[in-house]
Amino acid sequence: MRSIDAVHTDSLRRDLPAFRSGDTVRVHVRIKEGEKERIQIFEGVVLQRRGGGHGATFTVRKISSGVGVERIFPIESPNVTKVEIKSRGHVRRSRLYYLRELSGKKARLRAKVRDVAALNVLSVSEDEVGTAAEAAPEAEAVEEPAAAEEPAADAEEDKQEG
Amino acid sequence: MPLQLLCRKVGNTQIFNDSGECIPVTVLFAASNTVVQKKTEDKDGYSAVQLAFEERKPTRTTKALAGHYGKANATPGRFLKESRLTAEEAEAYEVGQEIKVDIFAPGQHVDAIGTSKGRGFTGVVKRHNFSVKRRTHGTHENTRHGGAIGAGAYPGRVIKGMKMPGQMGAERATVKNLEVVRVDGDRGLLYVRGSVPGHKNGLVQIRPTKKISR
Repeated sequence: MRSIDAVHTDSLRRDLPAFRSGDTVRVHVRIKEGEKERIQIFEGVVLQRRGGGHGATFTVRKISSGVGVERIFPIESPNVTKVEIKSRGHVRRSRLYYLRELSGKKARLRAKVRDVAALNVLSVSEDEVGTAAEAAPEAEAVEEPAAAEEPAADAEEDKQEG
Repeated sequence: MPLQLLCRKVGNTQIFNDSGECIPVTVLFAASNTVVQKKTEDKDGYSAVQLAFEERKPTRTTKALAGHYGKANATPGRFLKESRLTAEEAEAYEVGQEIKVDIFAPGQHVDAIGTSKGRGFTGVVKRHNFSVKRRTHGTHENTRHGGAIGAGAYPGRVIKGMKMPGQMGAERATVKNLEVVRVDGDRGLLYVRGSVPGHKNGLVQIRPTKKISR
């Protein structure tokens, strides 16, 4: 146990899909208001993923009532309860800072993958598009069945929000 | 005096607690701490427990050392350190016993003793936090100098202890009152809130804190 990376290997979370820069994601954030806890959803484009281990973060940008809003989430934070990929954008950079300069139609990203459900499959391996069959045996780390998740998940959210 | 556990500093990282707070931690690794000898008032004039840490190659073990470890039936260790204990405290330990990180519990406060990172021969700005002179308005060459070090004919010498350039770091340093955040007994890891003196892989001694909280 001589390396700080070795300390982390087994404690990192594996319950998030392998999203990357350019993806439009819905981030479920646990928010505490006094005694109450609720889930808030932040939806936008992933500008970057940075760092590794317990310090890794990702930045999500959205336009909220005409104003650009960016939020940085620590990936390992238990307050980030869930991340859903809504679409995968065609991008050629790992850091999409250029989106900050763009607005309106120019700020759109061309979709790259049609089968969005497949993106949300939780795969333990690093392949960002794991098939359902691959992921199934490793699903014990996964909270919900991943394959037919999309419609069911939406219904669930509504409950949480309401 | 409590027992001082020997550890290696693995490095700094951060972990999240259940409420989502991010805690900066130093990870320490304590493998085998073996009690090699118990010193007693009668025999040695003071009472203490001697701990061995890590392993020493047989080729690097002198016969004298091998004999010392042989008495305890322990494999020769790389480091030998004594913890001064009262006779009553020492009763809890036996020669040959292995001591693990689980003598500490989360929430407990500990002191960390290590050797601080060596900075070499440094100037007064880095070593004693002197301020730097302004770099413009006629100043040249001596912006990081210390300035005057004393008066003139009286006292006619420099006062002892004057802050001057010199070796910085690479000396024993103690950080008191660090909170134990997590204890991983299986892997021998101790997570301590905040920073601990020394470089990665440096030897660190951990003891329950001496600091009295008011």
